[in-house]
Amino acid sequence: MELTGAEIIWECLLQEGVEVVYGYPGGAILPTYDALSKYEDRIKHVLVRHEQGATHMADGYARITGKVGVAMATSGPGATNMVTGIATAMMDSVPIVCITGQVPSGVLGSDAFQETDITGITIPITKHNFLVTDVRQIAPVMRKAFHIARTGRPGPVLVDITKDAQNQKTEFVYPTEPLRMPGYVPASAATPDQIERAMELLKSAERPLILAGHGVNMSGAERALLELAERAQIPVALTLLGKGAMPESHPLCLGMMGMHGAAAVNQAIQGADLLLAFGMRFDDRVTGNLRTYSPNSRKIHIDIDASELNKNVKVDVGIAGDLRTVLEQMLPHVPTLSHAAWLGEIRNWQEDTDERDIIHYVAPTDKLYAAHAIRDLWEATGGDAIVVTDVGQHQMWTAQYYLNQRPRSLITSGGLGTMGFGFPAAIGVKMGSPNDTVWAIVGDGGFQMTLCELATAAQENVNVNIAIMNNAYLGMVRQWQEFFYEERYNATPMHNPDFVKLAEAYGIPARRVSRREEIADAVAWAQSINGPTLVEFQVEKADIVYPMVPAGADLDKMIRRPSAPNLPDWSENH
Amino acid sequence: MKHTLVALVENEPGVLNRVASLFRRRNFNIDSLTVGRTEDPNVSRMTIVLDSSVARVDQVQKNLYKLVNVIQVDEVTHQPFVSRDLALIKVRASAEAAWIASQFGARIIDHREDMMILDLSDEESRVEQFIEALRPHGIIELVRTGVVAMGQGSHTVQAAPQFA
Repeated sequence: MELTGAEIIWECLLQEGVEVVYGYPGGAILPTYDALSKYEDRIKHVLVRHEQGATHMADGYARITGKVGVAMATSGPGATNMVTGIATAMMDSVPIVCITGQVPSGVLGSDAFQETDITGITIPITKHNFLVTDVRQIAPVMRKAFHIARTGRPGPVLVDITKDAQNQKTEFVYPTEPLRMPGYVPASAATPDQIERAMELLKSAERPLILAGHGVNMSGAERALLELAERAQIPVALTLLGKGAMPESHPLCLGMMGMHGAAAVNQAIQGADLLLAFGMRFDDRVTGNLRTYSPNSRKIHIDIDASELNKNVKVDVGIAGDLRTVLEQMLPHVPTLSHAAWLGEIRNWQEDTDERDIIHYVAPTDKLYAAHAIRDLWEATGGDAIVVTDVGQHQMWTAQYYLNQRPRSLITSGGLGTMGFGFPAAIGVKMGSPNDTVWAIVGDGGFQMTLCELATAAQENVNVNIAIMNNAYLGMVRQWQEFFYEERYNATPMHNPDFVKLAEAYGIPARRVSRREEIADAVAWAQSINGPTLVEFQVEKADIVYPMVPAGADLDKMIRRPSAPNLPDWSENH
Repeated sequence: MKHTLVALVENEPGVLNRVASLFRRRNFNIDSLTVGRTEDPNVSRMTIVLDSSVARVDQVQKNLYKLVNVIQVDEVTHQPFVSRDLALIKVRASAEAAWIASQFGARIIDHREDMMILDLSDEESRVEQFIEALRPHGIIELVRTGVVAMGQGSHTVQAAPQFA
């Protein structure tokens, strides 16, 4: 059947199982929006308020479902507004496909109205991208785009389609023959020799430690990880994006590592004699100073991306492969082991960590600490909500105090650290997983970067609950200023709008909480409403995320929570 | 140490841009990069010369493989190979320059208006020696193609037939 390029785009999306597209129309993508009326019964289009929001929504949808998220925009400014969202997805290996309209092929390169070289711009921040100028190329390119986005190490793919290609007609047949991509061969499994060498290291280790990253969640390796850890009695440390890889209530699960990880976890990394790094990439936020990182350990590294092996940390056994496949190859060779002395040593560190934890501090009733608010939110939701965070102090407190029992239950921008990610991503998360309770935990700074999506949430009546940790500061930057810039708080105090009134202006019910005893009620209230809600938590202005490894410092040289200055009543109440 | 990589890439628009962008982004310093056609019209061939550690070259290879359009990457420095760099050098015509050219096996491919263009295709180090020998006589204009390389004997860098 002869179809226009615009119709073919929607047909391809249907073929790829796409349920929802987040987008914003404009001149160069108008033919595709015109064709939407033929398809809107089978595919949902969500009108965002800014194209960055579309990419974050597609990203959130992809992270929660494991499917490919789709965002659509016009040429020029529409496309460039997607750049931050694309880079966010790239850094965290999230499969999204972005479709952008482009000026007609006849005027390409002439600086036509709303022309921008978006394929050129996004080369370094996409897994791959395509410029399509011929209607006959649309179907084969769309198929390749989805395949590339979802296979191997997933990532964003951008497809830029000229307006004339959308208008031309051609016979539509969705290709079924094997894809011909000679240069694209994702890693799959380990060799028997690699498994053997890894097992030798495992058997001789006395102080082994597993570092579980995003790859565990993405490859569905949670069961294999749990089995390996339990059988060989190896403790597990999580990266930020690895949270959910193992239930945090499990005795072998130590919690988060890195800059704001638990001190005990970083001490364990530095003291280990074997690191088993599973689907993580030794980011500077988890290693600190590379020269002194885990100095006495041998290292086994499994990652789907061969270029991650030996990139930051030199390893003894590097295996490029799908984590779940490799762990399942390993399991038959994993012996029953016990590391009682090592686990005991870690327990002592944990007790010391625990003693300093703000969670045991009884604050005066007129003070609300964000850490307490988040822990109470955890309790009030039964720990069972999907939490989507923005970036900053609240993100780290969420990682520390909202414990995760299942995979994909924390959605957060790790690699790029994109402020403004949280709220729009939460919209995508809720749409991808409608039966889950979804909370967006955001700061007052980041929320204001993408709060225009309140209109999107209201228009679509997306049942997402927003918790703003409002300290009227860019808190994380303020923290760095306090520690490293002699308390010169330049450009971090914020004069904020009345968030409750703001939400109400969008027709979104909202409440303000300034005392700890109000939290449980506010959470229950928000969750009882079928639609978006907003709860503003007025939290302590000058608060610090502890512990902290200063950037580039040795991993065990942490700034620990002092007993007094920020918490004057600490010693009396503890 | 110098390493010479050969990369077979799909002959599509923008591939050179992707490779160049990768080198810039990852801060890989390259001595030279050449690209040209091959026996297969669907495949172009790049020769990349790097002065880097073995670990760094390993990273370059793995990152090249991450590009969807890169079919195969081989380090030819690992086996016997030949390489050629071509230079065109314009000098003022003189018996001395002509003599130096003859010593290096360079050809005089143009000679008019008191100017000569010398043409030498040889290993990079020989081309550099030639340039140094000419320099005292005054080099007016110089252009080099960068190195191309090929493994000797039965060693080949070819895309598997099913991909061609």
